[in-house]
Amino acid sequence: MPSLKDLKNRIASVKATQKITKAMKMVAAAKLRRAQEAAEAARPYSQRMSAVLANIAQAVGQDDSAPRLMTGTGKDQVHLLVVCTAERGLCGGFNSQIARLARDHTRKLLASGKTVKIICVGKKGFDILRREFASLIIDRVDLREVKKIGFANADQIGRKVIGLFEQGEFDVCTLFYSEFKSVIAQIPTALQLIPASAPAAVAETTGATAIYDYEPDASAILGDLIPRNISVQIFRALLENVAGEMGAKMSAMDNATRNAGEMINKLTLNYNRQRQAQITKELIEIISGAEAL
Amino acid sequence: MVMADNFNFELVSPERLLVSGSVSEVVIPATEGEMTVMANHAPTMTTIKPGVVTVKFADGRKDRYVVFGGFADIIPTGCTLLAESAVPAADIKSDEITRRIEAARAELAHAKSDDQKFGIETYLAELTTLQGIVVPV
Repeated sequence: MPSLKDLKNRIASVKATQKITKAMKMVAAAKLRRAQEAAEAARPYSQRMSAVLANIAQAVGQDDSAPRLMTGTGKDQVHLLVVCTAERGLCGGFNSQIARLARDHTRKLLASGKTVKIICVGKKGFDILRREFASLIIDRVDLREVKKIGFANADQIGRKVIGLFEQGEFDVCTLFYSEFKSVIAQIPTALQLIPASAPAAVAETTGATAIYDYEPDASAILGDLIPRNISVQIFRALLENVAGEMGAKMSAMDNATRNAGEMINKLTLNYNRQRQAQITKELIEIISGAEAL
Repeated sequence: MVMADNFNFELVSPERLLVSGSVSEVVIPATEGEMTVMANHAPTMTTIKPGVVTVKFADGRKDRYVVFGGFADIIPTGCTLLAESAVPAADIKSDEITRRIEAARAELAHAKSDDQKFGIETYLAELTTLQGIVVPV
């Protein structure tokens, strides 16, 4: 049985923890709002980009001149997985969910005799995947120093991926990240980057796809557009990830705060009970002492 | 003379939507030369080189933006410019361009194929011209 003093100390320490988790929750809420705004602001670009891409892909069609980034190498022997996770923990199952999806995917590929290479974006994913696939990780990108993710960060990763592709280091590239559905729901997602699946033609909605003049020609534009689209996809994934991380952190910290509150209540009850027991004991001692006289 | 019609113009960078509104005239630095887009332009899709975009709004206001590469999607009723990076000309810092020039030079040193070298050299030349325009010496 812990003494009264022990209980008092416990309560004080849980209270201190609760204060910290509460503060972290509020910080996450503020960051979440900013991350959502950033994701919102980035949306028009990626939307227009896919519209343009669909349009032009239609024009080029299944031409032989279509760039290799789109058609692929024709093989699917070597797979590159780009796994985007957060830099920090304390956000519930957020990182492990992404890592688990990537791990299952890796196992499946390895089981069917494929070669797998992994690029880790973010420290947490690296920490988790290193345990099992240390030899497969060819690179890692650290975004720890980055306060606000800009397009330049995504572009850097995109260039790296494209550079590897041009050197023939892999055939298929898949991006792993967490899609931000709501504050409480983040869905780990796998998205194939290379060969780029052309967005479904939106010919019906745009009606008669006007006959465009292309300057320079359509395939040159496409060749320029696809690498850019890869960077845009990565950028979007990173932004979704930040929003998701903050959402997950917020709900994790909310839970922690609530748990701490429950714990404090329980401990306080215990403390009061013991205090009363002690008072009663002392009273009995006094009374029985008086009676004995 | 009849006043020029207005059309919708949008300037978008990956980070945000910079301009969206009714304009009468836009000058964009297309890869194959500067072009002025007005209403009822033939549908055109073109790549953009680093340069200055001049936007003339319907109310006569004029704005200048510095863009670093991208695309323009032009249809008779509108024009969408997807810039890799876009900054209002008033806010552009000369060291921003200098930084890009240095990055391109470093890339040039690593370039392997002639095609790649040519691409980067063109980009460098465009950047240098841009620096001359935006930063009066």
